[in-house]
Amino acid sequence: MKTISYSHLASLGENKMLSCSDRIISSLEGYMEKLIRKIGAKAIFIIRMTGHMFVFLINSICHVFVPPFKFKLLLKQMKFIGNKSLVVVVLIGSFTGMVLALQIFYTLRKFGSEAMLGPAVALSLIRELGPVLSALTVTGRAGSAITAEIGIMRITEQIDALTSMALNPLRYLVVPNIVAAIIVFPLLTAIFDVIGIFGGYLVGVKLLGLSSGTYFSQMKQYIDIVDIEIGLYKSISFGMIVSWVSCYKGYYTSYGAEGVSKSTTEAVVLSSIFILIWDYFIGSLYL
Amino acid sequence: MIEIIDLYKSFFGQQVLNGLNLRIADKELIAIIGQSGGGKSVFLRHLIGLVKPDSGSIIIEGIDITRVTRKELDIVRQKFGVVFQGGALFDSLTIYDNVAFPIREILMLDEAKVEQRVKELLEDVGLSGIEKKYPAEISGGMKKRVALARALVTEPKIVLFDEPTTGLDPILLHSIHHLIVDTHKKYGFTGVIISHDIPEIFDVVDRVAFLYKGRIAEIGTPAEIQNSANPISRQFITGSLDGSTEILL
Repeated sequence: MKTISYSHLASLGENKMLSCSDRIISSLEGYMEKLIRKIGAKAIFIIRMTGHMFVFLINSICHVFVPPFKFKLLLKQMKFIGNKSLVVVVLIGSFTGMVLALQIFYTLRKFGSEAMLGPAVALSLIRELGPVLSALTVTGRAGSAITAEIGIMRITEQIDALTSMALNPLRYLVVPNIVAAIIVFPLLTAIFDVIGIFGGYLVGVKLLGLSSGTYFSQMKQYIDIVDIEIGLYKSISFGMIVSWVSCYKGYYTSYGAEGVSKSTTEAVVLSSIFILIWDYFIGSLYL
Repeated sequence: MIEIIDLYKSFFGQQVLNGLNLRIADKELIAIIGQSGGGKSVFLRHLIGLVKPDSGSIIIEGIDITRVTRKELDIVRQKFGVVFQGGALFDSLTIYDNVAFPIREILMLDEAKVEQRVKELLEDVGLSGIEKKYPAEISGGMKKRVALARALVTEPKIVLFDEPTTGLDPILLHSIHHLIVDTHKKYGFTGVIISHDIPEIFDVVDRVAFLYKGRIAEIGTPAEIQNSANPISRQFITGSLDGSTEILL
């Protein structure tokens, strides 16, 4: 019978533990390598896509200034983005103003400064909420529709048909959307602001008993032209962002119904993220 | 004349065109036949510059379109008319505006001439009276006819047909084939037809090229192809499952 000493057993166990830990380390290394590769690939994809998107934007902007200009298409897109978003913008604007007045009044009452309700509502709307919320609203309504329309044109070869006719699709599909959005977004934002301020008036004056004169006269005193300017710049840039991202996602839709649905979702998500990031940067410039 | 020399194209490592060579004479009507997924449509997209080859040349009337600027390519593209598989009519435009689109945008004719030309073309394809309808309101066969009218409206020298009869019943298929022959006689274009309609397509074209594994495996008159001794061509034409053809699924 073979006898095994304790020291031999211990060394066997140690070896087993070593080989086990080696295996764990090597599998961990493999996992880490895969993870780093995945992160790297994703980073390269994002950088490429960003570059591609900027080239697309620059190309489109260049075509804005090159005749022949497509005024009919521009008017059509202005109607589509602007006129058809009006009801939603009015609805969201009025309720935003009302909620804002309600919440701000509650806060101001604690400091005994209810008279500041008008400027507080107006400043919040003009500088921040008006441009952002109207842009997000139009992104959901018109941005997604633009992506879907251009995406369907891509998968049904309508964009190829334009190219094969020696016509540049950017001029017909992208430029009118970008110009229309740049014109229409500030107008929608202005309507949002006015309706929002009126909503605040309804709650502050008619419901909570603030005098009408206080609400408006304080507003006049505290709002500068710079506040209106910042709202205007924001809405113009948001118009550019929404139309750019929506057109880009539609233009490079992958094939099939699934491709269009994916592009539409991506357009809305990406536009919304870009709006909020850009809002922060442009807002911090004007503090 | 169209000349394709050593055309190679791969997508994600898969070789689609593998040294394709082909010469198409002026005013010739040629059919490209081959397996589904065998690269016929990819080849057609190369002819109009919608896809760039990995290597090789595509010479259209003396100009190698693989080595030109976008502006120069657009000048060459004006010689083309394309009938896409699904018609590719613009959804937002009426039939009239779809057919008028290329002459308004490219030739910039005045509206009286545009109207005259559109009506003439729609009569040629047998579709008078539907000018005010939208593409969604007409049948698949009508869409193909409108697409043909739109392709011919600028009187192009070369017309490309990407499976112009896909999804049509046999009677409509014959009517589209007749239409291609009639318009070819009237307008005298060079026609390249991608087709699966065997044997019907043999009655339409001057020559048939059989595309297999990314290159032209056989080319000849319809009679020559029909009586070909090449086992792969024979198997494709008869549609037999027994043979040496690699079936693409």
